[in-house]
Amino acid sequence: MGCYMKKIKIFVMVLVVASIFLGLVACKNDKKDTGTKDPKVLVMGTNAAFPPFEYMEGGQVVGLDAEMMALIAKELGMELKIVDMDFDSLPTALANGQIDIIAAGLTVRPDREETMDFTDTYYTAAQTVIVLKDSGYEGIVDLSDKLIGVQTGTTGSFCAEEFVNDLSQIKTFQNGMLAVEALKNGQVDAVVIDNNPAKEYAEINSNLDLIEGEFADEMYAMAVAKGNKVLLDRVNEAFAKIRGNGEFDKIIDKYVK
Amino acid sequence: MFEALIRSFSDMIYLALIKEDRFNFLVNGFVVSVQLTFSAAVIGVALGLVIAIFKIRNKGATAAFANAYITVIRGTPAVVQLTVIYFVILAKSGLPAMLIASIAFGLNSAAYVAEIVRGGIMAVDKGQTEAGRSLGLSSLQTMRYIVIPQAVKNVLPALGNEFIVLLKETSIAGYISIVDLNKGGQHISSITYNGMVAPLCVAYIYLLMTTSMASALDRLERRMRAGD
Repeated sequence: MGCYMKKIKIFVMVLVVASIFLGLVACKNDKKDTGTKDPKVLVMGTNAAFPPFEYMEGGQVVGLDAEMMALIAKELGMELKIVDMDFDSLPTALANGQIDIIAAGLTVRPDREETMDFTDTYYTAAQTVIVLKDSGYEGIVDLSDKLIGVQTGTTGSFCAEEFVNDLSQIKTFQNGMLAVEALKNGQVDAVVIDNNPAKEYAEINSNLDLIEGEFADEMYAMAVAKGNKVLLDRVNEAFAKIRGNGEFDKIIDKYVK
Repeated sequence: MFEALIRSFSDMIYLALIKEDRFNFLVNGFVVSVQLTFSAAVIGVALGLVIAIFKIRNKGATAAFANAYITVIRGTPAVVQLTVIYFVILAKSGLPAMLIASIAFGLNSAAYVAEIVRGGIMAVDKGQTEAGRSLGLSSLQTMRYIVIPQAVKNVLPALGNEFIVLLKETSIAGYISIVDLNKGGQHISSITYNGMVAPLCVAYIYLLMTTSMASALDRLERRMRAGD
């Protein structure tokens, strides 16, 4: 009995220490006039496995989000630094101040709004289902008892949860590409992911088909830490500018046909 | 300020664990981790024994296979082995992910078990084998009745340690879509958009498991030594 009491005491101590540390970290996030950790650098967090919004090319992160943020950073007179990480680590990194802004094909959702502030939206997307060509599946009704591959923490995974009979049918992967690999191997029966990456995957792999239009439209926006009004306003202003002068449209045309 | 901290901390714990019974992610994940560890341990010990014997006999193709096997498995990270087996080797096999993971972890463990068992057998005094043979026992009988029982006592600490390592290693199962304890914690983090509570809880649960295993092992070792 004494052994367990000791363990509980240690656990509580660890939690208390962690919360004190949290408090200190929260205090340190005193944003200056720029709303960013470093006044000269805008740190963008993303998951560079989501073409055409962000992906790796020649050792660099490129894509619609990368170019858009580069333009915005230029407007703000700041240097852009892109940090690549797992998609579901982004909210925590943002809350901890490890990144200043998320630009990752991030969909606006009310539950996300509780922990971050979204900028103006910049793209309309929808979730799409990817299946194998001769699978015979025509809609999500056919998939209610099948295995669905998704990326952890994405809208795709939330949408999939809506139409499956049991949550254990949802197979999560680190990113969309691995989910599609599993689909090609027959380890899952379908993948639910945003329509633009889905189109890219269908182009590269001749044995994939898309079931579109099953889900409602959603909007992408960038996100800053909750309460960071300074950065939010500055980014919205910069974005309005690049939208107004046509530079943003050029990026859209370049990456999204 | 401290009061606000405590309040926000208890909010976080509520959101992460209690709301919508989210602690079930951890409970179910725990069960999966234990299942994986157990099946991998069974495969690991069985295969490890075979490989150890191949390596000790040191004759021909079996010895070459054993050496190559150990080199490859010990020379590559477990997570790489897991993803290669799932996405490449057994990709079209139609096997469920849990089975593939058990195989991958079992194959990984076997290499380490083989070396541990081999070490334990080599540590038994050569005089024991000589005495056994001179008493008229065959080499297999000597192994079975004299060497291995003594080797087991040598091997137990290292083997027990290997199983503790195996439990921790199963935490990478999330890479191939399995929701183990670690991945369950990640799910909670992604639903709550807060990565602070769940990882701490996951770490604590792993710690409880490993210390229980270590103390059980300790008791077993002491029992065996009592027979000396």
